[in-house]
Amino acid sequence: MYTQGLDLVPKGAEAQRPKDAEEVRLEEEFQKKIDAEIRIEPDDWMPEGYRRTLIRQISQHAHSEIVGMLPEGNWVTRAPTLRRKAILLAKIQDEAGHGLYLYSACETLGVSREELIEQLLSGKAKYSSIFNYPTLTWADVGIIGWLVDGAAIMNQVPLQRCSYGPYARAMIRICREESFHQRQGYEIVMAMAQGTPEQRRMVQDALNRWWWPVLMMFGPPDKDSWHTAQSMKWKIKRFTNDELRQRFVDAVVPQAERLGLKIPDPHLKWNPERGHYDFGEVPWDEFWRVVRGDGPCNRQRLEQRRRAWEEGRWVREAALTYAEKRRRRREAARAA
Amino acid sequence: MKGWPLYEVFIRPRNGIAHRHVGSVHAPDPEMALELARDLYCRRGEGASIWVVPASAITASRPEDRDAFFEPLEKEYRHPSHYDIPPDVKNM
Ligand SMILES: [Fe+2]
Ligand SMILES: [Fe+2]
Ligand SMILES: [Fe+2]
Repeated sequence: MYTQGLDLVPKGAEAQRPKDAEEVRLEEEFQKKIDAEIRIEPDDWMPEGYRRTLIRQISQHAHSEIVGMLPEGNWVTRAPTLRRKAILLAKIQDEAGHGLYLYSACETLGVSREELIEQLLSGKAKYSSIFNYPTLTWADVGIIGWLVDGAAIMNQVPLQRCSYGPYARAMIRICREESFHQRQGYEIVMAMAQGTPEQRRMVQDALNRWWWPVLMMFGPPDKDSWHTAQSMKWKIKRFTNDELRQRFVDAVVPQAERLGLKIPDPHLKWNPERGHYDFGEVPWDEFWRVVRGDGPCNRQRLEQRRRAWEEGRWVREAALTYAEKRRRRREAARAA
Repeated sequence: MKGWPLYEVFIRPRNGIAHRHVGSVHAPDPEMALELARDLYCRRGEGASIWVVPASAITASRPEDRDAFFEPLEKEYRHPSHYDIPPDVKNM
């Protein structure tokens, strides 16, 4: 999902150091806690692999929230009405908040905020492939709320029960805030789908462009997801990529039909035996290309983040200078 | 209590739940504050983890700032109920 980059096998996959008896015992105890649905908190013992997986997952999720502001930010100044502009700003502000909740959850695992930001800006860290696609028309803003936030919700609801306490608690806050994002998107799509022929054409075009990239948000098929089994055992994940993707398709196809929109998949068909929609093969070549850095907007997004960081430098420095000045003033007042 | 500063006490009732403020203790140092907090607030196994924080380290909003900090500002579009989605649209 927001953490598809987990499925890139790390370079030189770690050599397994033999474990001593104490470590084996600790790991068994740890797994017993997980199996008993006892949450893991920052000071509890945890296997190194668990910690590392969480740092990667939570930080990729945080980076996705941050980079995810960019495609929508593209439309703030061109929102069609003042109401739409206020809503879009509120949504983008929420996404910034989600990024910050997640960075602070990640820091409980012993990684610093500076390191995390550095990893994003250097291109070392991943974020969701979906944010490497452009927002060409206003209809894209509607489709993002409806489908991109919709897919995020599908993924994030089970994460509220993730075995790591701080991550689960951040997810609870996020999910509570997320539901207006999806509804405002659907409202935009609905207005356009019931609008002029030109508006209908625009919104169908946006759906055509976003459909497959949205399905890619759930990550590679289970057979290619090398970390899924371990993450499920640790209850970091509760459902596999394919399970969540299927649920999502089942949920949104009727929502599209309700508006007379056509899902751009000739293989999409209700399967009464399975009780699910069958759907075509996701273009995985494109997915891997985008994850590895070659999507339509990868370079632009990173450049924007780097520029924002550089151009914000004076603000960070001014705040420090101001704090110092206030401290000195307070001291002078106390001495007087 | 001269020389015994005030510590605010936060307790995590069990794993999975965030630390919650429960009250405060006076103590000569943080370690003793922890022990006193355990005796005062966790006599019946109410806690899985305790934090004590010097009260002097807490910066709080002031009642006078209430409006500027918390005024609702009529931003009801931040709530899902603001949006008119037909009731037959499911999973939304
Ligand atoms: Fe978000
Ligand atoms: Fe969102
Ligand atoms: Fe999200």
